[in-house]
Amino acid sequence: MTFELETAIAPEKLRRVAIDPVSRVEGHGKVTILLDDNNKVHQVRLHIVEFRGFEKFIQGRPYWEVPVMVQRLCGICPVSHHLAASKALDMMLGVKQLTPTAEKMRRLMHAGQILQSHALHFFHLSSPDLLFGFGSDVAARNIVGVVAAHPEIAKKGVLLRKYGQEVIRMTAGKRVHGTGSIPGGVNKSLSAEERAELLKDIYQMVVWSRSAVGIIRGLFEQNLAEYNAFGRFRSAGMCLVRPDGAMDLYHGGLRARDIEGKTLFDHFDYGRYWDVIAEDVKPWSYMKFPFFKSLGTEDGSYRVGPLSRVTMCDHIPTPLADKEREEFLAFDGGSAAGATLGYHWARMIEMLHAAETIKDLLHDDDIIGHDLMATGVRQERGVGVIEAPRGTLIHHYRVDENDQVIRANLIVSTTHNNQAMNTAVREVAKQYLDGVEVTEGLLNHIEIAIRAFDPCLSCATHALGQMPLEVAIVGADGTAIDEVTRNADGFIRHRS
Amino acid sequence: MTTDLTFQLDGEDIAFTPGQTIMQAAKAAGVYIPHLCWHPDFAPHGSCKLCTVKANGRFASSCTLEAQAGMSVENRSGELDDKRRTLLQMLFVEGNHFCPSCEKSGNCTLQATAYELKMMSPHFDMFYPDRPVDASHPDILLDFNRCIMCSLCVTASREVDGKNVFAMGGRGILGRRIHINSESGKLGDTDFALTDRAAHICPVGVILEKRKGFAVPIGERRYDKAPINEQVKEPLKEAAP
Repeated sequence: MTFELETAIAPEKLRRVAIDPVSRVEGHGKVTILLDDNNKVHQVRLHIVEFRGFEKFIQGRPYWEVPVMVQRLCGICPVSHHLAASKALDMMLGVKQLTPTAEKMRRLMHAGQILQSHALHFFHLSSPDLLFGFGSDVAARNIVGVVAAHPEIAKKGVLLRKYGQEVIRMTAGKRVHGTGSIPGGVNKSLSAEERAELLKDIYQMVVWSRSAVGIIRGLFEQNLAEYNAFGRFRSAGMCLVRPDGAMDLYHGGLRARDIEGKTLFDHFDYGRYWDVIAEDVKPWSYMKFPFFKSLGTEDGSYRVGPLSRVTMCDHIPTPLADKEREEFLAFDGGSAAGATLGYHWARMIEMLHAAETIKDLLHDDDIIGHDLMATGVRQERGVGVIEAPRGTLIHHYRVDENDQVIRANLIVSTTHNNQAMNTAVREVAKQYLDGVEVTEGLLNHIEIAIRAFDPCLSCATHALGQMPLEVAIVGADGTAIDEVTRNADGFIRHRS
Repeated sequence: MTTDLTFQLDGEDIAFTPGQTIMQAAKAAGVYIPHLCWHPDFAPHGSCKLCTVKANGRFASSCTLEAQAGMSVENRSGELDDKRRTLLQMLFVEGNHFCPSCEKSGNCTLQATAYELKMMSPHFDMFYPDRPVDASHPDILLDFNRCIMCSLCVTASREVDGKNVFAMGGRGILGRRIHINSESGKLGDTDFALTDRAAHICPVGVILEKRKGFAVPIGERRYDKAPINEQVKEPLKEAAP
């Protein structure tokens, strides 16, 4: 099955434009566009060109090492992998309920992570496009340009991120790649001094996070038609929700809705995620294409992350963020909530939620408690799911009787969004590139569509195995000489 | 016992008793001489060569050379630390030392010594040897990837535990390794126990108590608190491998 604009009929006769690398995203990817002589777009693909091997080289390692090792997938949101792995191994150890101190320390760590990652993405990576315009001067369209033109906004972005990193340092031991969460609990709680230190600035962080929601709302109001239409497409979605339907970024059941908004499954036990989700592979990308099994590869693609979470939860359990959610959903008759650029707005609402969550947790005495570890009856496997900054993150491990990992499967947030990102860039290509002379400014529109998803391409390409590949050998006159294909089963076939 | 015998270590008078090695006298005086295979409770092995000093102008292992009155010993000179750093770099590339995900990080003598000697990179090409993990024992994991062949486990098992669980065998950089004294070659088939001295002697992350990794938070680990050269007089903490 291929989607519209995924594969051109006669690619050898087309002109190729490549955006390589895609900038201001985490990791490395490229976009290729095939155009004919009249600049008509025939094929657009987001390729992920990185290659990682975590699922393979974690095999044979002792399970307690996993939360520390797998977070090295990424330096931007390692806490997500640290916590998802810990949750999976909690289940493997039979720990059904963490101690209150352990659960709240992990939630605090996660909220710090959401805050710093969302601040990084909005202020450092995306604000240049949004504040200066999509096709503005490329020389100024970066964070240095933002510092020069909007120093107050840039300062808030830097300090919000710094605060989130401090929350991580005090809960995990280090700003990046800490060790705080261990299977069955945590290895530390906050000291009274650490708690006081974080309390000092949290109210300012809540105020700044709220003002960030105001910035993106203002941009939507100023550019309503363009923002609403930009890369717009209808999509199914998935996220975790609390038993009462509220947003919960740390734990919950899976909720999925189809393109019409109809519920596909709700409060689904993620311990059996493979009953509802499967992964497809394509010969032109290292990244897999997950889909809802009930809808198949064609209709089953979906998106995850801030936009899915904010639009699909019943409410947000912190008051300021919930008020912003209601306004977002009501804005212009609900138009922003269906727009690709609505991701930015939803992301800032979540950043506000994270700041409010940190404030609430810092006032909870459990975070200075000393009961850190829980025990249970050992199981053979464990699944951990968390809502990472970029969306639903699934870790799944099997551990043998000698404590060694024998199988690992990671379905990373950005992987869920693979088809959605490809669809978004194709929509943008149709809207802006079709039939016109391609310029840098127009190509940046493609990158803006990708950036809306805040993809982490390094995390998403962790797979190691029989990746399908296609190599076309084309003569100078454009005629195809041979085509070599390696399928997912590892077999190599020649067309000639 | 006389205590007026002294020798000079980097220009400082160090008292010693007859029969003490330079290393023993330096430790008693609280002066750090970098070392990996030496342990105060056991006879010196003299294999890591990290404790090499210049005694009266000649290179010698300070863990084996007896102190002599009036001897002039060079320890932390640029020349010696350069050579020690090279020895460390060779140890790092010969094994698979991935500190970022190693549970011994912060408690590891090799890592702490590398920090002390300001080793900033491995310098040499990595060997990436294939050294399988032995997880067969119910309480103890052996991760040979990190072995530096100090043989402290061999000595402790033989001399203290009376079990001879470990032995050094094989030839060459890639062939020489620790062997387990059981028919299967697996630790699970020996009478090795968590209470053995050898279970707590490893200076690096080879012999590990299972299911305890990362229980100590960053900031509380041994070398988070003070660098290795400031912990010379403290008794070795061996309870937490």
